Amino acid sequence: MTVERVISETKDQFPIGMRVLAVDDDPTCLLLLETLLRRCQYNVTTTSQAITALKLLRENKNKFDLVISDVHMPDMDGFKLLELVGLEMDLPVIMLSANGDTKLVMKGITHGACDYLLKPLRIEELQNIWQHVVRRKKFDRKDRYNSGSQDKPHTEAAGIGNVDQNRKFNKKRKDQNEDEDEDHDENGHDNEDPLTQKKPRVVWSVELHRKFVLAVNQLGIDKAVPKKILELMNVEKLTRENVASHLQKFRLYLKRLSCVATQQANMAAALGSVDSTYSRMGSLNGLENFHTLAGSDQLHNAAFRSFPPSGVLGILNTPAGLGMHGLPSPGMIQLSHVQNSGSTCNDQSKLQSFVISGNHNANILQGMQMSLELDQLQNNKGVSHIGEQPTANNTTVFPVSVSLIDARITGCSNNPLIGIKSKSLMLEGSSQQATLHASASNLRDSVSAMGYQNGNNLSDFTSVAPAPNQLWDSKADLQGQACPISCNAGQIIRSAPQELNDPRKDAPYQLNVLCSINSSIPVNGAMVQLGQCLDRNNPILCRNMDLDSIGPPNFVDPLSIKHGEGDNSALESSAIEKDGYLIVQPRPQGSYIPDNIGSLEDLANAMMRREQDKGKPANGDFGCNAYSLRTCI
Amino acid sequence: MERNPMRRQLAVMRQSLFDQGYLDEQFVQLEELQDDANPNFVEEVVTLYYRDSARLILNVEQALERKPFDFNKLDGYMHQFKGSSSSIGAKKVKAESTLFREYCKSGNGEGCMRTFQQLKKEYATLRKKLEAYFQLARQAGPMETACHPK
Repeated sequence: MTVERVISETKDQFPIGMRVLAVDDDPTCLLLLETLLRRCQYNVTTTSQAITALKLLRENKNKFDLVISDVHMPDMDGFKLLELVGLEMDLPVIMLSANGDTKLVMKGITHGACDYLLKPLRIEELQNIWQHVVRRKKFDRKDRYNSGSQDKPHTEAAGIGNVDQNRKFNKKRKDQNEDEDEDHDENGHDNEDPLTQKKPRVVWSVELHRKFVLAVNQLGIDKAVPKKILELMNVEKLTRENVASHLQKFRLYLKRLSCVATQQANMAAALGSVDSTYSRMGSLNGLENFHTLAGSDQLHNAAFRSFPPSGVLGILNTPAGLGMHGLPSPGMIQLSHVQNSGSTCNDQSKLQSFVISGNHNANILQGMQMSLELDQLQNNKGVSHIGEQPTANNTTVFPVSVSLIDARITGCSNNPLIGIKSKSLMLEGSSQQATLHASASNLRDSVSAMGYQNGNNLSDFTSVAPAPNQLWDSKADLQGQACPISCNAGQIIRSAPQELNDPRKDAPYQLNVLCSINSSIPVNGAMVQLGQCLDRNNPILCRNMDLDSIGPPNFVDPLSIKHGEGDNSALESSAIEKDGYLIVQPRPQGSYIPDNIGSLEDLANAMMRREQDKGKPANGDFGCNAYSLRTCI
Repeated sequence: MERNPMRRQLAVMRQSLFDQGYLDEQFVQLEELQDDANPNFVEEVVTLYYRDSARLILNVEQALERKPFDFNKLDGYMHQFKGSSSSIGAKKVKAESTLFREYCKSGNGEGCMRTFQQLKKEYATLRKKLEAYFQLARQAGPMETACHPK
């Protein structure tokens, strides 16, 4: 029908002239790449420096359709560039490397790469890269439309999974948006209104995002539909489409968080249904271990990418604390301390007080679709535990690595744990802090690190509870899990004291990462913000993990919020107060994040390292408002 | 037509490079990218490769003079070297660099040094052969376009 025809016509022309930015420090490879791309009739711009590439991209976001970048570059790590591009510009990025290790490829995926090519390059491989541009456009479009028409909470969650669905959807609208492809150079957002005149992009500021998160929480993740959210937010000039696309990102973010938290290895599950992920989580008992999102900004541990508590906490909290099942909107996920006594968190359900350490990145969390996460949590009974105060042994911080990456979310499903099972890893007081967050690294890098950073070693997380392996098998899982957490975190984050402040940006930025659900989350910046959010009063979000505490690599300290505290219920408040980290305290010993987290950790670590390397908490731009960075239309 | 023998000679030379394992099919990719718009592409890329990789070779040399070996760094250099070598289809060179990286990963300094010597040999040999090849191609070149209009 017309749609098909339109599509094919567009396709016929579209790949030709597609604007590609190629980045590789090796001149031989760059020359080869350029020539190959030109042979495919693309419009090529090359640079041998990542910094230059970023500059070019920032100058004019509409200038390019696709970015291809080498992984090993002297001035900036390719993954870092990948994250930044994804966050700031939301362009599809393809990674290139001579090294095809599974780990690296996975890293690329978790950081948001839409493809990973091996050197030496062949023309056949490049001939189809335009598909990534089209896919992204459609996906975004679908997001918009779906949100509007279907109002399905989880529609976008899968991201990848939805692509097909999106396509169909998109096709319907395709004829309406004939020029969408052209306009789609940028993230889909730009084309949000193909039908109407081009609207100015909406910048999701911290305030705006906070309102958004509040609204989502109020409605409940299941029922959070753009229309209602819009009504609740009551912001002028904000359209349903804006909210819809933001919601989508948020959901993804939460999903990632939850995945991280649960450490489930089920990537698949997470992808498709956040719910399932959570269900698993719920079972975990208390899943709640939701990532101790300790937002310690020093995520240096990278492992801590676990989603800043704020995010996670938010999610967990919703149900009032804990029972998370229904994670009702309260963003505060307060995970009761899970008693990790012997890692038997299982019963605990205690979510281990999910301390969402003041993730600085309040923003992120806010963004996070808490409801989304919550839903999942709800499903997971496990979440319910949240209320319970685990005898706190372990405050396992449940690092919720919010894998913002859509795909990544799948991780969540795996481990029924989010917690964890029981003991959950997560919470195992492990100092590890929620290495889950590591998984969060999916979050595009930073989110995973959720703030914890206390320096902790996110690696600790890996030690997370017994299930760790499962959990982290796929970082993604965690990510998914992380997502939920992020939701609340958003809320929490907001309130979180600003302690996390910038210096900690690194840590918090993890949270930020969360926010950017669409991997566009400026992890760096966001995280910081998240950290901030955690308000003391927000039990959930472990309020910023005391920056001070973060100082020392052990991030866990803050987290260990006093597991013993006993006041699990109070965790929220107490937790927060104490260390400021709501995060479920990872017990120093606790290791709770399953091995899987390890991978996240690596990711997170890498991210953190990168961050550190940069010397500034947030990559310049991100530094602070994760949301501002992201502009949504 | 008197160039024909030259073309034939060129073809034989080229084939032997493949047969002897100096080049792999990636080199063919380069050749395919050469066209009227880009008539000397292959030579350009190879020249660029030798120019740039000389720097890497030097880095590795220097790093191998400092004891103890910084295997990470060495691995890093070699990773890059491997990337560009594989991009031009330098098969033997690539194989040596892979081996070198293995030794780096296992912390085998001796192995690294040995492999590096071998790598440099292959690298130099290939360079000579390719130079001869391009020289012949240049002489036989114009004939080709004339004989085989595109």
